[in-house]
Amino acid sequence: MKKTDICTIENSKIILNNEIIFESQTEHFSDFAKEAYKSLELNYPKFHKMDNLSKLAFLASEMILKNNDHSKTALVFANKSSSLDTDFKYQESINSQENYFPSPAVFVYTLPNICVGEISIKHKMQTENAFFVLDEFDEDFLNTYSAQILQSGKAEKVLCGWVELYQESYKAFVYLLTT
Amino acid sequence: MVNWHIDTLVNLKEMEDLKLELKTKIIEVLNLEDVAIEEIKDTDPLFGGGLGLDSIDALELIVLLDKEYGIKLADPKKGKEIFESIEVMAKYIQENRTK
Repeated sequence: MKKTDICTIENSKIILNNEIIFESQTEHFSDFAKEAYKSLELNYPKFHKMDNLSKLAFLASEMILKNNDHSKTALVFANKSSSLDTDFKYQESINSQENYFPSPAVFVYTLPNICVGEISIKHKMQTENAFFVLDEFDEDFLNTYSAQILQSGKAEKVLCGWVELYQESYKAFVYLLTT
Repeated sequence: MVNWHIDTLVNLKEMEDLKLELKTKIIEVLNLEDVAIEEIKDTDPLFGGGLGLDSIDALELIVLLDKEYGIKLADPKKGKEIFESIEVMAKYIQENRTK
């Protein structure tokens, strides 16, 4: 298995294959994501509707997938905090009886694997996908799982990713595996 | 006659203000970052048009009616008629609002 492309997002920087391709001074993830979206001319309005975890996963994946055909690329992602960041936001909207307005648009992101769905929709992928919640980034685990997918012939490539986000703490490490 | 004329003008002004308020709230609530207020015409279809709204957006508009104007839609299917355009939505709010 070969690791062909690597994208890292942390500390308001997007790094693709050891090259900084976007950098911002902002400390807030939502501002950083919006600035990156504009600067990198992603032109995908649905991005603005995503929760922060999906924005993080989408940005990192987009740097690698971009305009290439990925209809035979599988997705294997993981993180530690699941969708807790969005779960709390949703909880806040239903905490009070007097101000009880659950948001459907927030509710749909109260699962971590939704971010994998967003990437699949963008690139019209109908391949295998999985999202694991782990205590820490375990590359061996992700690679072993990916190797099984590749060996089965169900995909030609696997996009693997650690996409961790909770409040203002975030890190994405996404890479492409091929046989 | 003069009073009637003034009332009509006041109603028209209120309606125009409501339409502008609705456009602002829709852009904010539905996260339409790339859309400017001027791009949403009063009679443009809200769904199936250039705004690219989906079924989750429709549910979010039902919440907006409740939260901002005190209108509870018991039947979500009714939203299809009410959310036809800004013009139709504003008229419905004007006639049914409780706050």
